[in-house]
Amino acid sequence: MSVQIQIPTPLRRFTGEQAEVVVEASTVGEAMKALVTDHQQLEPHLFSPEGTLRTFVNVFLNDEDVRYLEREATAVEDGDTLAIIPSIAGGVGQ
Amino acid sequence: MDETTPPSHSISLTREQLDAIRDHATRTYPEECCGILIGQLDWAASAAVVHRLIAASNTREDSARHNRYLIEPETILAAQRDADREGRAIIGYYHSHPDHPSEPSDFDREYAWPDLSYLIVSVRGGEVADQRSWRLRDDRSAFDQEAIHTSPSRSQREVVS
Ligand SMILES: [Zn+2]
Repeated sequence: MSVQIQIPTPLRRFTGEQAEVVVEASTVGEAMKALVTDHQQLEPHLFSPEGTLRTFVNVFLNDEDVRYLEREATAVEDGDTLAIIPSIAGGVGQ
Repeated sequence: MDETTPPSHSISLTREQLDAIRDHATRTYPEECCGILIGQLDWAASAAVVHRLIAASNTREDSARHNRYLIEPETILAAQRDADREGRAIIGYYHSHPDHPSEPSDFDREYAWPDLSYLIVSVRGGEVADQRSWRLRDDRSAFDQEAIHTSPSRSQREVVS
């Protein structure tokens, strides 16, 4: 499946200034892995050293947060669009 | 953080915008406040210019004081879409540190991306102590402080754009 991933402005420096990257994948997790395989400098900003998506990195599939679907196992179809959105959390003492 | 190196990055905002951020920080004290900075980034000069702010409403629940979201991703997605339509972008975020210095925590570093400005306001006893702005290094090892430039209100000059 060809999936389009929208790259947030601050991360476009790591995709050769591309605002959108097309990858082949059948799940959200595969799509994100394919993205960082093609653009390796992105990896530390999206994935933890353990290889899972960072806690603050949220993926929206056609405007729906994949947390409310099947997270990284969510199936994607041809022409789907993924958006990468950070969340901002608090906690000064940590 | 190496304080001896002059900051090579900068963020510019109007006096009014900075006052609005400081007001937000004192109003929510002793809780944290948070907001989104919309504007433009001159990549070559690493100079960020704030055009407008989105003050996030406080979504805190007493039972969930730690690792809570200050801004839901849905809010950020909507802000990003709006900014795109204006030909602008999310260039950073601000938040407050009640009774803590205006230095990013390890937690802040976990939650950051490079090239964004993270403006932190320190509030002590309900009064703003100071504010500093930071950018994450590409290797995620630390933040570097950036200069904060304040200018008189831009709103009058922004009639045409
Ligand atoms: Zn913080």
